[in-house]
Amino acid sequence: MALSSSAAEIVFDHVTKRYGNSPRPAVDDLSFTIPVGDICVLIGPSGGGKSTAMRMVNRLISITEGDITIDGTSVKQMDPVELRRGIGYVIQQIGLFPHMTAEGNVATVPRLLGWDKARTRERVRELLELVGLDPEEHGGRYPGQLSGGQRQRVGLARAMAADPPLMLMDEPFGAIDPVTRERLQNDFLRLHKEVRKTVIFVTHDIDEAIKMGDHICLLRQGGKLAQFGTPEQILAEPADDFVADFVGADRGLKRLSLRRVGDVDLEPASNGANLPAVEARTSLRDALSIMLASGGDAVLVRDEDGQVTGQITLMVVSRLLAEGQGEPPS
Amino acid sequence: MIAAAAVLAQGGPVIPNFGRGDECARSNGKFCLHWFLDNFDNRFLPRVVEHIEMTLIAVSIGFVIAFSAALLVHRWPRGELWFANLASIFYTIPSIAYFQIMVAVTGIGWTTIEIALISYTLLILFRNTLTGLHGVPPETLDAAEGMGLTRRQMLTRVELPLAMPAIIAGVRVATVTTISLATVAAFITPLGLGAPIFSAIQTGANTDFIAAGVLAILLALIADLVIVVAQRLLSPWQRARGGAT
Repeated sequence: MALSSSAAEIVFDHVTKRYGNSPRPAVDDLSFTIPVGDICVLIGPSGGGKSTAMRMVNRLISITEGDITIDGTSVKQMDPVELRRGIGYVIQQIGLFPHMTAEGNVATVPRLLGWDKARTRERVRELLELVGLDPEEHGGRYPGQLSGGQRQRVGLARAMAADPPLMLMDEPFGAIDPVTRERLQNDFLRLHKEVRKTVIFVTHDIDEAIKMGDHICLLRQGGKLAQFGTPEQILAEPADDFVADFVGADRGLKRLSLRRVGDVDLEPASNGANLPAVEARTSLRDALSIMLASGGDAVLVRDEDGQVTGQITLMVVSRLLAEGQGEPPS
Repeated sequence: MIAAAAVLAQGGPVIPNFGRGDECARSNGKFCLHWFLDNFDNRFLPRVVEHIEMTLIAVSIGFVIAFSAALLVHRWPRGELWFANLASIFYTIPSIAYFQIMVAVTGIGWTTIEIALISYTLLILFRNTLTGLHGVPPETLDAAEGMGLTRRQMLTRVELPLAMPAIIAGVRVATVTTISLATVAAFITPLGLGAPIFSAIQTGANTDFIAAGVLAILLALIADLVIVVAQRLLSPWQRARGGAT
């Protein structure tokens, strides 16, 4: 695959957005740094300014005070049109061009950049395949002839067409049924491992944030930063009551969903016990659920070949949570 | 004035050209096919051509004016009410009255007819162009802007193609309306298919009357069909809609 692994570091430096003479800013003094190649999820209640914050990165919204830099260059110093052509942009309603085929949509930015036809065509095919569409079958279809999930895949391919180092995704899977959404989330995470771009991802769904984010930037009403950290940090050490409330009373369980059974030091399997068994890639949360549902306090763990490698007990799970230990494996 | 006088002076034979002079023509039958065919090339064809010319000129110029106005208003929305009201006023004036009023200003001839015909096309063309432009989904525009299309590129690559069906629908209505109004234009000066109709009203020549009327109807139907076909060819994505769930 001819995709480069170029990615950019994004810095929010005391960014404030004020509309007209409204006394309350929409985004208030936001400062954080997104490392190269990370997925940073912007999350918060409605009115938290998460979309506003994202849209200031490609200057669809102007910055009132402060600055945003991409690899050290201020977005304010760049021509907005040039800037946007270098940033992938995916929105919830997808915004595909209804009068262009899937191929035509994906080719938009390459055409704007003046790529020759052969290069564009090749790139379009490559991207459709990358997002799990068949160029022969789906390439010539208009958006009206595609399902919601397929359209969102085309939207994703379109955003990645010119191989931008940064992608902005505004609730990209928000309007899609839960089953398709989960598949798209998984596909995107797999894709992200391959292409390793910096991604700013807006959502209002804390479970999606925990699943997708390398970092989570939680905003509160009035566009103020509530907490910035890894999902593990935010779940284990919420900065205040607002954060604790927002992530939910089940944040302990959510933390367990970040870890897989196979990443825990297992105890030797107890002989002869008639215990349920889970696979190593099962999350601790699911393992706990299976354990409790079976009425016992332990589950066996099998490796990929079905061999039992050990067991995990309720004691171990609660000790892991209590210690707040163990970063999720990177 | 001379041309109009000529029409009025046609007192002579009931049917000016007896052609083969068959029984039907001599007795002014309801519709004399032989006479019609014999006289088509010199009596009706030039009228058909004039009629098409009148319509094409009116719709083309009307389109240029209304389309430009719609683009301006799309960019600077303040002008919308102003132009829409002006076009509405034109549209409201009864056609015969309008033709007569214009004679006082521009005299008898093509100019008068075209000014009136153009005026009637403006409202529908303006409205439909603007409706088409306003109908572009906001998320499509957001995506276009976010991907780095310039304003001009957004207009030419996204907004106008998506507004195309509405614009062509406007052209369709304007064209058909103009074809029918153009027959009334012969009230002023004997041009187009209205000329044989108006003269037949005075002379009572049945074949003239029916032939010109039917030709005008056919012209409208054919124009309608041609534009519908053009619309389909120009917006293939519309047919494709609903192909999948």
